[in-house]
Amino acid sequence: MATMSPPTNLWEQVKATLSRGPTGYSFLGLYAAICTWLLLTNPRTSLNTDIAFALFLLLLLIIYRSQVALGFKVVLGGAMLLVVLPIFGTLNPFYIDVATQAGIFVALALGLNVVVGFAGLLDLGYVAFFAVGAYLWGILSTEQMTLMNPAWSPVPPIMFYPFIFLGLIVGAIFGVLLGLPVLRLRGDYLAIVTLGFGEVIRVLANNLDRPINITNGSQGIRGIARPPLIFADFVRDTLGLNLDDQQLYQQFFYFAVLLIVLLTVVVVSRLKHSRIGRAWEAIREDETAAIAQGIPLVRTKLLAFAVGASFAGAMGVIFASKQLFINPPTFDLIRSINILAMVILGGMGSIPGVMLGAVLVTMLDLQILPRLANVLRDLQRAGAPIPSAFDPTQYQRLFFGLLLILMMIFRPTGILPDERRKEELVDDQEVDLPLDAGEVDGGEPPSPTQAPPGSGPIA
Amino acid sequence: MAAEANAQTSAQAVRRPIVETLRTVFGPLVQLLIFVVGSAVALSLLVILLSLVQLGARPDLLTRTLTILPQVLIDGLVRGFLFSTIALGYTMVYGVLEFINFAHGEIFMVGGVTGAAVGLFLASIGLLEGMNPLFFVLLVVLIGMIVSGTLAVTVERVAYRPLRGTPRLVPLISAIGVSLVLQDVVRLIMTNSPMGFNARYNAPDFGPPIRLFEMTLGDRPVPIIISPKALVFISAAVIMLIVLNYLVNATRLGKAIRATAQDMPTASLMGINVNRIITLTFLIGGALGGAAGALFGLNVGTVNPYMGFIPGLKAFTAAVLGGIGNITGAMVGGLVLGFLEAFVASYLSLFTNGALSGAAYADIVAFSILILILIFRPSGLLGESTTQKV
Repeated sequence: MATMSPPTNLWEQVKATLSRGPTGYSFLGLYAAICTWLLLTNPRTSLNTDIAFALFLLLLLIIYRSQVALGFKVVLGGAMLLVVLPIFGTLNPFYIDVATQAGIFVALALGLNVVVGFAGLLDLGYVAFFAVGAYLWGILSTEQMTLMNPAWSPVPPIMFYPFIFLGLIVGAIFGVLLGLPVLRLRGDYLAIVTLGFGEVIRVLANNLDRPINITNGSQGIRGIARPPLIFADFVRDTLGLNLDDQQLYQQFFYFAVLLIVLLTVVVVSRLKHSRIGRAWEAIREDETAAIAQGIPLVRTKLLAFAVGASFAGAMGVIFASKQLFINPPTFDLIRSINILAMVILGGMGSIPGVMLGAVLVTMLDLQILPRLANVLRDLQRAGAPIPSAFDPTQYQRLFFGLLLILMMIFRPTGILPDERRKEELVDDQEVDLPLDAGEVDGGEPPSPTQAPPGSGPIA
Repeated sequence: MAAEANAQTSAQAVRRPIVETLRTVFGPLVQLLIFVVGSAVALSLLVILLSLVQLGARPDLLTRTLTILPQVLIDGLVRGFLFSTIALGYTMVYGVLEFINFAHGEIFMVGGVTGAAVGLFLASIGLLEGMNPLFFVLLVVLIGMIVSGTLAVTVERVAYRPLRGTPRLVPLISAIGVSLVLQDVVRLIMTNSPMGFNARYNAPDFGPPIRLFEMTLGDRPVPIIISPKALVFISAAVIMLIVLNYLVNATRLGKAIRATAQDMPTASLMGINVNRIITLTFLIGGALGGAAGALFGLNVGTVNPYMGFIPGLKAFTAAVLGGIGNITGAMVGGLVLGFLEAFVASYLSLFTNGALSGAAYADIVAFSILILILIFRPSGLLGESTTQKV
């Protein structure tokens, strides 16, 4: 982006004009103002508001990608996320819930990205760590404690805060426990074993209601504690906002998740450019060569697993508290795939890409598919030949499956590719191409648009 | 030149003594039989020993253990052959492409659903009633094989072949995508047809359960029975395994498959059309999976779009247990895993006095076995250890 060649077509010209200089600043300011106005004047949940909300998210992406002063980006983005969205959230609880959910998945996807994107270990049971965190808080903060042993009582809700850290640690411990035996395996075995592990955790959650009732089996745990609203008086009296408890909790979880996402981004990007991050990438590119360079293989992989799992554990605690209710199907394979789809859609290894992927997939799940379902139902009533049992919200697997296949065939690097990862994926194809080109008749060659500027021979 | 060479090899093949052919075909089956009998005996002795240990506390335990033992063994055989036939698909594809065909469980499921659809169709036109059961089995197996085999080849063509030569994770992720898409496409079709989500598998009457023999325990006789459907399943699986062994070990095609698995570039230099072999591998693996699906659905009585996932995972476990890439290994692994699961499913709740449900923990046992094997013997029971090529 920094050294852009002279603009060639109209789109490039427009992009260049709008992304820097005075036009850039005024464009962003104007766009932000229009978005704010649209959101605050359309508080009802409707298609218009959906579009305004999508424009709002696009604004954040544009702010990130534009080439204006960093201070301006931070102030504008901060104002949007810290002021406009919460105020909009008091008007319409649905969208702030979507934003919170998206934030949770951003943090989860960033955690999985450490494992899959940085270290190249395909983890199909990632949601197991999320489940461990969620059940940790779910069991210890509810009557389940008393059911297990009458002498025990639930921990007080204020312990929520230390439990986020406990979730972090327990997640990491489980990551190491799973990692220790399986990390000597090659990548594709690892995928299946982690998948099996995810299933095992789910089956355990489903069956540990006998002989001792630990997880309450398939009925799940209800009434999970939320932290006390210590800031309620401050908001109501000092800020003069008249919000009920429900709204306050929404705001609380929104800000908590935002804070954690911020921390996660900082940690993950620092890790990525650290010695460890480079070791992960070396392992991902070539294990044998990495060992030859003196990288301790198992320890480095374990660290990736533990880091990824710890994010999931901590988010599990928050998720359980936010949802108030968890049961085993919350943590089934499709959710692992969901998170994997986020990482792959955005671009394995690329932090902004993964965040974008997480937001897009959450939007697809919570907004686009239900919206599509409504449209289809209307069309059906109008007599269009659509099968009556087809409800897009029930066909997540279909959409995510197609997403995975299409991304792998046409853009394995993701929407916002990671620079180093991009080189790897394209180079590999280039090396193997001569052999394949002879054998694969009509096989789609890798899309030439992905080739980095320097690699001529592919085109 | 090439034609001459061909003529020579085929002449050699003809001249090859029949004894040797028999040995290459049935040798693996003898190996299989040894493992079957061995694991059955070992596991039976183990449960008997366990019941003897608890004899003081629960005197009736030994009788109960012995009463269900033959039934558990039959159940283990059915499960074992199920896993074997699915595992063959995994292992063949892995042998040739070094790639886990994650969607293979769904290919199996499609076979089952196809069989149920055939049954439904025959019932709706009124042909099912008087049909010869064996003819029906032959029909559903053939149609299931054709549909699943074609599907497997199509999937390879659409979703895997464009990705050949990319890093390992890329085709694997694509395969996961295929698996999810197949599940939901089949669900969409089933829920919009008379079948419904949980489709009943219509079949002609197979007659009453066959009474194999009676065994007397204390004062009362215990009949040992096997359902005709289970018998059909086991015999069909054995026949398929024999045919596959013949195909892979004693024909020119099999030689080409083995050569491709060993070294793809060299095989292609020797005049083997590698792409055709890969397609054939998917076709054979898919057809076996489809046949297993059609028979398994028949045996269980219902099919649904998600029925392939867990058996697929376990069959993969079986393939790894036997040594992935090794065809005999896949059969052995499937049978050993089947026995283990059947024993856990039946005896766990008996020994823990109902505290732990065996059926739920059988899954956990299967995956724990997978993890244990991968730690202690990653090459599997029959596999050879390989070194990483640099």
